[in-house]
Amino acid sequence: MEKLIVSSSPHLHGKTTTASIMRDVLIALSPAAISAVVLFGIKALIIISVCVATSVLSEFIFNIIAKRKQTVGDLSAMVTGLLLALSLSTRVSIWHCVVGSVFAIVVVKCLFGGIGCNFANPAVTARVLLLIAFGKVAGGAATNFMSAELVASATPLAVIKDGEGLLPSLTDMLIGNRGGAIGEVCAIALILGFVYLVVRRVITWETPVVFVATVFVLSLIVKQDLTAALYQVLGGGLLLGAIFMATDYVTTPITRSGKAVFAFGCGIITVLIRFWGDYPEGVSFAILFMNILTPYIERLCRNKPIGGVKNEK
Amino acid sequence: MFRFKSMGSTHIPHYKNTAGKPAVIMTDAKEVLLPLSQHIGAPATPIVKVGDEVKVGQKIAEANGFVSSPIYASVSGKVSKIEDYLRPDGRTVAAIRIVSDGLMTRCEEITPPSVSDLEELIVATRDSGLVGLGGAGFPLSVKLEALKKGGIDKIIINGAECEPYITCDTHAMLYESEWIGKGIALLEKFAPDIDQFIIGIEKNKPACIKEMKHIFEGDKKVKVISLPDTYPQGGEKVLIYNTTKRIINEGKLPADVGVLVINVTSLAILAKYAELGEPLVTRCVTFDGSAVAEPKNIIAPIGCSIRELVEFGGGLKCEVGKVLYGGPMMGTAAASLDEPIVKTTGAITILDRKDSLLSEPTACIHCGRCIRSCPLDLSPVAYSKALECESQEEKIAILEKNKIMLCMECGCCSFVCPASRPLVQNNRIAKAEYREHQAAMAKLKK
Repeated sequence: MEKLIVSSSPHLHGKTTTASIMRDVLIALSPAAISAVVLFGIKALIIISVCVATSVLSEFIFNIIAKRKQTVGDLSAMVTGLLLALSLSTRVSIWHCVVGSVFAIVVVKCLFGGIGCNFANPAVTARVLLLIAFGKVAGGAATNFMSAELVASATPLAVIKDGEGLLPSLTDMLIGNRGGAIGEVCAIALILGFVYLVVRRVITWETPVVFVATVFVLSLIVKQDLTAALYQVLGGGLLLGAIFMATDYVTTPITRSGKAVFAFGCGIITVLIRFWGDYPEGVSFAILFMNILTPYIERLCRNKPIGGVKNEK
Repeated sequence: MFRFKSMGSTHIPHYKNTAGKPAVIMTDAKEVLLPLSQHIGAPATPIVKVGDEVKVGQKIAEANGFVSSPIYASVSGKVSKIEDYLRPDGRTVAAIRIVSDGLMTRCEEITPPSVSDLEELIVATRDSGLVGLGGAGFPLSVKLEALKKGGIDKIIINGAECEPYITCDTHAMLYESEWIGKGIALLEKFAPDIDQFIIGIEKNKPACIKEMKHIFEGDKKVKVISLPDTYPQGGEKVLIYNTTKRIINEGKLPADVGVLVINVTSLAILAKYAELGEPLVTRCVTFDGSAVAEPKNIIAPIGCSIRELVEFGGGLKCEVGKVLYGGPMMGTAAASLDEPIVKTTGAITILDRKDSLLSEPTACIHCGRCIRSCPLDLSPVAYSKALECESQEEKIAILEKNKIMLCMECGCCSFVCPASRPLVQNNRIAKAEYREHQAAMAKLKK
């Protein structure tokens, strides 16, 4: 007699898997990665390679040591490595990249239980660690390969904050002809990635749009100047953070309303740090802070079941 | 609550390979096994003994109570055994086995019922052995009882057929459309309070929509609505919302919001019974799936084994993995090919080994796809987390707050989960635990 498999329905499964989602994120990040190499040269390629390789390797080794099921196949470590690399400047040395990646994967992700269990975004946390420990080496100004005259210039946000140095034109800000972290400078490449993620339904539009809009509107209110507000949107790591870091599934609220609240909070904190804080840039701090608030936002932003009635007790 | 979108938006493959082909008729079965409970409600009581000779259409078991349904012999021959039958849902019920004499002699007692008012229509419906043929198996006569009470202004005819593979309702709409017309005429005549009959059909069946519009041309009371081709349009709550914008609250029935939902095939069979007196002894079964050699619709005697149906239908092209009663989204898996076709079997879907393998669940990445896919805006991930709670109290509190009992087990959450987590399966466990808790609480109060 033939042996039949018996299980509870459904007996059909969609094609989307964790790995396919991560692959889509990698594809969405590729324009930014390519622009980084084009704009910053071989050094950017080295940073990306080191971060990605270290991230994947540390997850691989950690899983072996901790006798956990191997999870590098889900490509999430690769995403973390690439995101971290794109948020660093070319002033970092290779060992900064290694320390950052190991910290992101081992401390922030694996020690909390691996994929799905960490409460803070590994790439963001590692960037913040490097920023605090090594100052402007990690996050600050960088040499732009394309524009020789901008050598060792400050980032646009630092220029605005300190009032010293030359501010690039808005067109330069769009194509990435400015100082900054290797993956954050080319706004067009990042927006391309955003469109891809939304079209592929990897992310919903709420987080990036609300985050960027909040920063824009608040800057407009504070500065009373459209151009200044646009610099705030295009400058720093706002687009990279809003599109790729604040949309991380694990560390942000699950419902669409929760995501909007999360993004709104991120926008406010970013503006507060940029205008009144000690650092010229506050995107990663904002995301990290909101990561911590995520469980509370989730509690407030539950979906209301259709047809649910309040129990009288 | 106001929503911009229609309910239910999960894109699943349709696989309607058998649509638009007339069904082949399986005239006989060597043997039939007729479980006494092929419906929701009390099992029927047998009125034949082992050794009795029976004819096609002869009543062999009487409805037992209000929510119950009689059973008729689907072949002529001898009752060989009354045995226990383990249903795929785990319940054991008695079942009558009849060995066919191959003659298919028709029972002489079959005469058209006299139907002159609603009461008689309900009695006739009950006598026909009709249950919800869409899969739930709720006795149709009990549904119609609601018409007596009044307060119902719309009847929705469910022709959505959102499950992959299944096309037996499509078959009814294309080839038995006059019977559907006659069915609605019956209801129009005996239930004059009904303002509107809505026929809901998924837009991936344009031929059915056209045929229904053609049949009901000029009838102002009948409206044919084209539904989105996303799953689960045929789910009762989804169908009612998308056709009337009415929402059924927790613990309520469609009748509470003034609607009645009747499956399109059930309606056709009801009309046939009212005119010819032919009780429910055969049904259209879609025979399809990745292991099936020649997918087709088969009109088969109720009670024939899946094995006989497979042989008749042209066999399988590869090794069997899973045999499903119904489609792959909500169908139940049969444990053996010797299990019978019952009244509610709209399809036998046979999957090959590759399609039957379950993928290993990985960690939840909190992507929210389950929440976004839920037609009722529930939070499947929350139920699964609740089940991990050690404190029973906390568990029940979370389930209560997130309204677990609203879940209709459509399976969208499990379908979309990128980590292949058994979400709807967990919902079933959670529902059972919640029900148990409620029962215990009720006992305590007493």
